Amino acid sequence: MALLEIQGVTRRFGDFTAVDDVSLSIEAGEFFTLLGPSGCGKTTLLRMIAGFDLPDGGRILLRGEDLASQPPEARPVRTVFQSYALFPHMTVEGNIAFPLRMAKASQDEIRSKVAGALDDVRLGGFGRRFPHELSGGQKQRVAIARALVTQPTVLLLDEPLAALDAKLREDMQIELIDMQKQAGITFVYVTHDQTEALALSHRIAVMNKGKVEQMDEPSRIYGFPKTRFVADFIGHCNLFSGPVTANNEGIVAVDVPGLGSVSVRADTDVRPGAPGTIALRPEKIRIESAGTATTGNRCRGKVAELLYMGDVTVYKVATADGSRVEALLANSQSGRAKFFEVGDDVEMGWAVDAGHFIAA
Amino acid sequence: MTSSRTAGSRGKWLVSGPPLLYLIIFFAIPTLIMLAASFRTPGEFGGLAPLVDETGKLDVNLESYARFFTEPVYFEVFLKSVVYALVTTFCCLLLAYPLATLIARSAQRYRDLLLLLVILPFWSNFLIRVYAWMIILGPNAALAKGVNGVLGLVGIAPVPLLFSSFAVLVCLVYVHLPFMVLPLYANLEKHDQALLDAAQDLGANAWQRFWRITFPLSLPGVYAGAALVFIPALGIFAIPDILGGPNDTLIGNLIKQQFLETRDWPFGSVLSIVLTLAALALAGIAAWVAKRHADAGGTIDA
Repeated sequence: MALLEIQGVTRRFGDFTAVDDVSLSIEAGEFFTLLGPSGCGKTTLLRMIAGFDLPDGGRILLRGEDLASQPPEARPVRTVFQSYALFPHMTVEGNIAFPLRMAKASQDEIRSKVAGALDDVRLGGFGRRFPHELSGGQKQRVAIARALVTQPTVLLLDEPLAALDAKLREDMQIELIDMQKQAGITFVYVTHDQTEALALSHRIAVMNKGKVEQMDEPSRIYGFPKTRFVADFIGHCNLFSGPVTANNEGIVAVDVPGLGSVSVRADTDVRPGAPGTIALRPEKIRIESAGTATTGNRCRGKVAELLYMGDVTVYKVATADGSRVEALLANSQSGRAKFFEVGDDVEMGWAVDAGHFIAA
Repeated sequence: MTSSRTAGSRGKWLVSGPPLLYLIIFFAIPTLIMLAASFRTPGEFGGLAPLVDETGKLDVNLESYARFFTEPVYFEVFLKSVVYALVTTFCCLLLAYPLATLIARSAQRYRDLLLLLVILPFWSNFLIRVYAWMIILGPNAALAKGVNGVLGLVGIAPVPLLFSSFAVLVCLVYVHLPFMVLPLYANLEKHDQALLDAAQDLGANAWQRFWRITFPLSLPGVYAGAALVFIPALGIFAIPDILGGPNDTLIGNLIKQQFLETRDWPFGSVLSIVLTLAALALAGIAAWVAKRHADAGGTIDA
């Protein structure tokens, strides 16, 4: 049995359905991420797990027990809020001691646990400071220490890194992974940042318009998106759509306007004539001088735009009908800054296995 | 650099000059006049006796101060005024806190209306509002009849509501309530709901959330409101004059008497100075307590 079961949970606000019949099961010790654009219902779902909101339909079970009758203060669930929500009139110690005090812990226990929690988040010596005397990253660590000090069953994190700058965010990501491993507590993490989700999670549920579009491991989400939305939302992706013209024992041919017939391996039982989409990551495309491509799918075009990103260069190649294909080339090979200029004729090629077929 | 600094300081004086001048003319100078008057001898027909008497001696003395500190009746009146002001402040706080919370938590479109209702009494004259209480508390009004009817049922003799300490306190609370509601509202309105959510998430029930989070964070508003109520309540004279009984003479009445009836300016000045110093001292003590509280706040030993 899973630790946390969300069964057919629905939440409506007037005419708007924020969470639409969502079912998930989260295992003990898992780092689980709810990923989606703003307004997809991920935060509403998190608030229902915490108890700040109640589902209109469905159930939330923790260890098989329905949480509906328990107010937030009674649930063995803690939240790390996006704004940290540290109590400004209390010191760091006072903040971390707060949940222990609410649980009526003894003074000795409070003292030792607060000291331990401060060490765990590498804030020893900061106990007497007030929140306004801390940096963003330190506040974040206090918020996590405060939430973990009572050993909750589940820790909910609502976009906890959104307010930090890029460099600090990366450091905190590594710390979060370590903390989760060390504490062995189930993390349910909400974010709209797909790279964060891919880096941190054991499993990801991609949400859109209140529904879960796909739930899988990060590499499966990235490599084998089930829907157009997932392919588009997670990283960059070329989406080629058109009618299926043939299905030759798992190799599907799709007639894509501007590209011609594109082949892709698919394990679905799709018939010719059905609509199909091929998701193709930019880094899977080889881009070469015109006339040199050899195997698999190929397509000619003209470089319309390029973006030099440091480690890689992104090329936007215009095809015969003017539509754009995005390709990505690492700059590390041979140390040259870039290979092609705007206006160059190029040939793109990719293997049949490189793309991913999405029905419809 | 020097020139820009000079220009800056000239600008500063242009801005702060007029209010400073206003304070000097209407606050500092009168206070100094009062201080000087407190050392003088009262004139035969009121006012002040000449500074230099017929024998050519400078006539300054501490007699008025001696009078205040040797005749216990004045100190008793003074103490009674402090008690009335403290009770008023406390009652205002008890009434204003839930009201300010209600306004701060109501939808934006109702807030302005509710605030308007709080300050609406200011649109009619202060004395008229005090006289209105004579009617409300009068012996023939429904309130007195109802109260005394209930008392009669349990066999207690009827009590007059008007011309009593009760009437004075009710009116003091009524008049000063908006001065407590407004700073409290201004404070409570800024509170971050996320903090209450966090407290609840960390295991705090409704009472603990109020006592540990909302109340300590509202203390600046409480102090501001308390000062705005306590200081004017301490010096008030119109309300005990109109609604009070014979035992409801407060320091404000005494000061008014000295200046307008007895015409003993030096003693009136002494009473005013003691009142001002007491208000300052109490405000100072409150600020000190507040600071100690804040410094100790939220450590694990607290």
